[in-house]
Amino acid sequence: MAAISEPCRWRPLHPLHAILLAFPFPLFLGSLLSDIAYWRTYEIQWINFSQWLNAGGLLVGAFALLWALLGLFRRGTAGRSRRIAYFLVLLAMWIVGFIGALVHAKDAWATMPEGLYLAAVTAALALIAAWIGYSGFPAREMD
Amino acid sequence: MRATLLIGVLAIALSACDDPEPIQYGTNPDLPEPERGLLPSMKIPRPALGGDELPTVPEGFTIEAIATDLLIPRQTLVLPNGDILVAEGRGGADAPALRPKDIIAGFIKGLGRTSVDSGDRLTLLRDADGDGSYETQGIFADNLNAPYGLALIDDGLYVANQDAVVRFDYREGQTEASSPPTTVTELPSMINHHWTKAMTASEDGRYLYVGIGSNSNITERGIVAEEDRAMVWQIDVETGMHRRYATGLRNPTALAIHPQTGELWAVVNERDEIGDNLVPDYLTSVEDGGFYGWPYSYWGQNVDPRAQPQDPDKVASAIAPDYSLGAHVAALGVDFSNPAMGEDFAEGVFVGQHGSWNRSVPVGFKVIFIPFRDDEPAGDPIDFVSGFLQDDGRTRGRPVGVTVDPRGALIVADDLANTVWRIAPEQTQPAAESPAAEPEVDES
Repeated sequence: MAAISEPCRWRPLHPLHAILLAFPFPLFLGSLLSDIAYWRTYEIQWINFSQWLNAGGLLVGAFALLWALLGLFRRGTAGRSRRIAYFLVLLAMWIVGFIGALVHAKDAWATMPEGLYLAAVTAALALIAAWIGYSGFPAREMD
Repeated sequence: MRATLLIGVLAIALSACDDPEPIQYGTNPDLPEPERGLLPSMKIPRPALGGDELPTVPEGFTIEAIATDLLIPRQTLVLPNGDILVAEGRGGADAPALRPKDIIAGFIKGLGRTSVDSGDRLTLLRDADGDGSYETQGIFADNLNAPYGLALIDDGLYVANQDAVVRFDYREGQTEASSPPTTVTELPSMINHHWTKAMTASEDGRYLYVGIGSNSNITERGIVAEEDRAMVWQIDVETGMHRRYATGLRNPTALAIHPQTGELWAVVNERDEIGDNLVPDYLTSVEDGGFYGWPYSYWGQNVDPRAQPQDPDKVASAIAPDYSLGAHVAALGVDFSNPAMGEDFAEGVFVGQHGSWNRSVPVGFKVIFIPFRDDEPAGDPIDFVSGFLQDDGRTRGRPVGVTVDPRGALIVADDLANTVWRIAPEQTQPAAESPAAEPEVDES
């Protein structure tokens, strides 16, 4: 098959998709850092920051997730497993982030330590998703 | 004693068979372990207004709506000549949403509320001929700021707005305030998460006691926001100076003086989100200088780890309250009874329960009577005004303030139906017969 012998062509994300994907990791990282600040200081404003940052990551992350989902339906098999992995990591990030939002909605110290752990996992998944996404995806043979 | 408690618990269990864990009341409630799933319990009985069904009262009593179409009636005061003052309004609008949750929870709680605008006024009801129907209704004063607590000391009518205690001059028989009020004492009003300022006067008329609720459920607005909150102030009427009378009372929503002992009693709404049966709202005598736990602990020394950093010394000093009303019933009214209410209800307190919004099976939505013996609560509560909550899960009303009219009637403010109810023993109320019978009486 010609496709196998040809060098694989990699294509970056669509600019709009890239912009959407630019949000989750820094926002979830900010949420994690805010959680750590609350854990260290008991200063309530940090946990408020954490909740809004997390909510922002979920909001924009949902659009990135949607784009990743549509990407699964592209014709051709090139990069399919990579696209599936990208989608699944984003999905996991969103689900863990959403559970984190519910845990963070508990009052005051009731968020600790589960909220902190969840924020760490969410941020890590966002990092992995961004890594996969920004590495680009193999283009279709006929592109 | 134990046997009666058991029977009481069993009776409740049978009457509410769909509630897996019925509320626990009495002097020594059995507190479950704290628990909280991913989502808090929220169940808001939606309003069911417009029907003509009356709430249920005990046999031998009648109930009548003596004022309707009010603008959120909260607390009432019976004046010496029998006139009734009604404080109307809604406060707390300045409490900003700090978290995504505040926006969502605010919307959901709003579903169970009246859509009427805050009255910010006092309405005066008069029953000139003493027949139990209040034929005159007028505005005593308006442009107030979410008035709630009311007290009369001699010729001074004191109103606890959400931000200050103010004083009107009052002459007996007056139907309208003669001049704008003067400020006696500014009250803590920043944020005002729990905005209601309950108030009562000491027996000797020297002091006003004002209940100031916490600024959060459990310090989630920060401990700084709780300065001068969750406590009862004692205000010197002459000078307006205040001191902290008792602290750690999360939301003291109604205050009353025990007619025999002169002690201050309060109903207090306790914290949420650690289970359907935690933490019981309570009725308690309030000790001078006493600390009642909030936020560090509840029902005495049960530590609440949500409040950090903890304060073990404060926890050690926390007083357990006298009588559990059950978690989340939202007690908002209290008043002591008198013998004019009939033999069965002569000694004890009436408690108005606004009803729960965050319990998987709704509770409250009624007025109960707690019998007293030897100046202490003794025995199980008795439903006095009930039947607001319908079988379809909607509610026809939400009781707030309760006031005992010395002539033998209970006045109940209902801030959902925007109605004031009057419940009186039948035998002393010939006029409380069915309206259809009245013309015949007139003709004869």
